[in-house]
Amino acid sequence: MPKKIVINDASEEFLRKIIELSGEVITLCDQCGTCSGGCPFVEEMDITPSQLMRKVQLGQQDVLESKTMWLCATCNTCTVRCPRGLDLSKVAEGLRQVVLRQAIDNLDLNNYPKEEIKELPQIAIIAAIRKLTS
Amino acid sequence: MKIPYFPGCSLKTSAKNFEISAISSAKVLGIDFVEIPRWNCCGVVSSLSSDDLMHHLAPVRNFVRVLEMNKTKMVENEKRMLTLCSMCYNTLKRSNQRVKNNPEELESINNFMYREEEYDGSVEVIHYLQLLDEIGFSQMTEKVKNSLENLNVAAYYGCMLIRPKEVGIDDAEEPEIFEKFLSALTAKPVAWNAKKRCCGSYLTVNNKDVVVDLAYGILNDARKNGADLIVTACPLCAFNLDNRQKNVLEKHPDFKTIPVLYFTQLMAIAFGLDEKSFGFELNYIKPNDVLKEKVFK
Repeated sequence: MPKKIVINDASEEFLRKIIELSGEVITLCDQCGTCSGGCPFVEEMDITPSQLMRKVQLGQQDVLESKTMWLCATCNTCTVRCPRGLDLSKVAEGLRQVVLRQAIDNLDLNNYPKEEIKELPQIAIIAAIRKLTS
Repeated sequence: MKIPYFPGCSLKTSAKNFEISAISSAKVLGIDFVEIPRWNCCGVVSSLSSDDLMHHLAPVRNFVRVLEMNKTKMVENEKRMLTLCSMCYNTLKRSNQRVKNNPEELESINNFMYREEEYDGSVEVIHYLQLLDEIGFSQMTEKVKNSLENLNVAAYYGCMLIRPKEVGIDDAEEPEIFEKFLSALTAKPVAWNAKKRCCGSYLTVNNKDVVVDLAYGILNDARKNGADLIVTACPLCAFNLDNRQKNVLEKHPDFKTIPVLYFTQLMAIAFGLDEKSFGFELNYIKPNDVLKEKVFK
């Protein structure tokens, strides 16, 4: 059955918010898929980076339930390759921020064994806390 | 040459071997790292949201310290800030670009700091590899006491040294500065595919398996292309590629380990410095055997 895509005020407002936070003109994305082709984390993602871009273009807020933005580690491989000059790492950051600004964290260090946390250098812990918690 | 040096957290802890080897080998070249007084954390990762100014305050404070060093004559008219850690380099450089390009944002930050010296955008963040390139890599060749001609080395750029383009120290897709560095040290750079593939960065905290898989791919690619060891400029890459070999071995018992060194450790070896300045005690996979076979024969 064909799926009906609804564009309404809420979806337009969501797109506007992510454009504002990221500073990227997300509507420029042509869906060529270069970002998904080069992403080192794409195998782990539930939706690809280009699917994430399309969902944001359409203002589909269920994109916030995807794992994809939390797996983006800002390696910028897609950023340097996007033929439209878009920085997807900033779009992922915008999406993460929408969640984190509701004081909802994506990381709780208490969920990991203490011995494992002890082994980690602070550069890893601070980076993870900065990107994944509010 | 005296230059303001920003260490960052890792260089004082998990990557002490990076710092000690860098400072001692720089002396051979007549470069004096002057540690920035009261430096603070760079923030590790860059805050990318358009409305997030607060997280750019920490980098700007460090730039103010560099201005102070010039004022108090700790350095002579030297507004370059030298970094070793590629994450610090990236984060500091991105913040600097942002405030330089947005005078209103810089004004807000300066107003917030109020009694601090005003930052005018005049500091330049550089990475040590850039400084060595500028001085001339050939200067290093003259100082080589232990030839590395039998050593095949995979230069691992990772992400933060070369991406995004406006921050990178070399071309984002075809970088060669690290290979030029290796050749000047008389080592043999290997051609390999994974040199700019992400190691998984901070996902090592909450997605260890992802990082272990990425590390396995990167390390095997280096081996397959004949590398005896890998060099890096990033303490987080070093953890994921070196220490995580323990986890790679748990998953793939027939995996052949490979040492991962900081590029400055290779300088200390080539310049014939004392073993203390190598700092191998902090390397998880020890390079001693391969060095004995290929360098210290």
